[in-house]
Amino acid sequence: MESLSNRKKVLEQKPMNFWERLYLPAIFQGMAITFKHMFKKKETIFYPEVEREFSENWRGMHSLKRDEQGRERCTACGLCALSCPAEAITMIAAERQKGEEHLYREEKYAAVYEINMLRCIFCGLCEEACPKEAIYLDGPIVPANYLRKDFIYGKDKLVEDPINIESPVAGN
Amino acid sequence: MELAFVIEKFVLITAIFLLSLTVAAYSTLAERKIAGYLQDRVGPNRAGWGGMFQPLADGLKMFMKEEIIPTDSNRFLFIAGPSLALLTALLGSAVIPWGPDLVLGERTIPLQVADINVGILYIFGIVSLGVYGLMIGGWASNNKFSLMGAVRAASQSISYEIPMGLSLIALLLVTNTLSLREIVGQQHGGNWNILYQPLGFILFLVCSFAETNRTPFDLPECETELVGGYHTEYSGFKMGAFMFAEYVNMFVASAVMSTLYFGGYNYPGMDWVAGIVGPMIAPLIAMAVLLLKIFAFIFFFMWVRWTIPRFRYDQLMNLGWKVLIPLAIANIVITGIVITVYDKL
Repeated sequence: MESLSNRKKVLEQKPMNFWERLYLPAIFQGMAITFKHMFKKKETIFYPEVEREFSENWRGMHSLKRDEQGRERCTACGLCALSCPAEAITMIAAERQKGEEHLYREEKYAAVYEINMLRCIFCGLCEEACPKEAIYLDGPIVPANYLRKDFIYGKDKLVEDPINIESPVAGN
Repeated sequence: MELAFVIEKFVLITAIFLLSLTVAAYSTLAERKIAGYLQDRVGPNRAGWGGMFQPLADGLKMFMKEEIIPTDSNRFLFIAGPSLALLTALLGSAVIPWGPDLVLGERTIPLQVADINVGILYIFGIVSLGVYGLMIGGWASNNKFSLMGAVRAASQSISYEIPMGLSLIALLLVTNTLSLREIVGQQHGGNWNILYQPLGFILFLVCSFAETNRTPFDLPECETELVGGYHTEYSGFKMGAFMFAEYVNMFVASAVMSTLYFGGYNYPGMDWVAGIVGPMIAPLIAMAVLLLKIFAFIFFFMWVRWTIPRFRYDQLMNLGWKVLIPLAIANIVITGIVITVYDKL
């Protein structure tokens, strides 16, 4: 039948000629190629000393963002937990009290926010679902650990450091 | 037999023994380094400068590992297998002439453990004994894969000993002697046997790859088909002994090839150098040259290993019986005719 893609190649299987049957020329050809590789630039990255750069769209450890006044953006709506295909996110919501306006941006906030890093598949659906731009997967690789319970990251590990904020204004 | 003779031989044997083991140990590092460089990596480089202590670390690891002896195995033979493999591998270096006579005061010390007049036959015997270690080990493991590996090792080694022996016969027609010392002596002054026996050398090279179970012919330990081959059940130091035997075999095979075809310790301008440095240093330089040739061959072994894929088993047998043996016989006939015609003229 006529090939539609026009990319079909018909291989001709001729019997090998004398030089091909000798194997030796082909072997020397192969050995010349491997010998050239000895002098090529090595691809090795010496890991603990040198770290490979992450790509633009790298998805690593989550971080919970603060706004420009250093207040947590998360309003504990639960959309991230709902969108998570791996059921890795849980949270407990709480109401903002008087005098906590400098801590939380909205009237509701996440008192407990936990991500199980062993369940997480780093798909990034939580950051797509978030209406408040509060969660991003912009961190490094999640480090190894000895115990399963230590892979459940709470707010202490997830919330962005307030030091990163340019002008932390106390109060309103 | 005087005492000095015994001491001199003892020192020589110890030196060669240590040399073989050191070269074998560092061959493991070289193998991994060369593998790395051929694959655009750098190989092990953490233990010491450039990975210098990697063989020590590997050896330590081998010792620390748990020694497992399968319950259904034959305990005596299971231990005898790797011991025999290592023993026969180390025996081969006894007849290699490592250098010209060393003159110390008024004593002349030959740098060869034993100058037996059937040196080549001795090496040939040792090489064919080498497969018993693998066979016994593989059989005693009481494991199908080990047994398959052992059977393969045996049949491969039998098949390739024939072309190896036949290619040697052609060489012996040229040299007229079986003593390795005399063969090396004849090659003095750039008169290397490779010039007279190029085809014989290629046959011998291919066969020595098969006899040392190195990569295109490493079917006895073919991981894809046989798990680990004859050493599937081995662990710890006994596994290390098998691995070591392979590297010592490679060292001895390289030494034999350098001695038979590449002039042994001879190098161009040898007499001129000997005239300058005197009869005490010159043999050591000659020995260093021989070691360089050996290292070049070891590099070649590894280079081939990381270039060529493994043969299929029927291809291996085809190559051995249908290609190498006819070629070796043709080589003998041609050599014989040429020598006869040459003598008549």
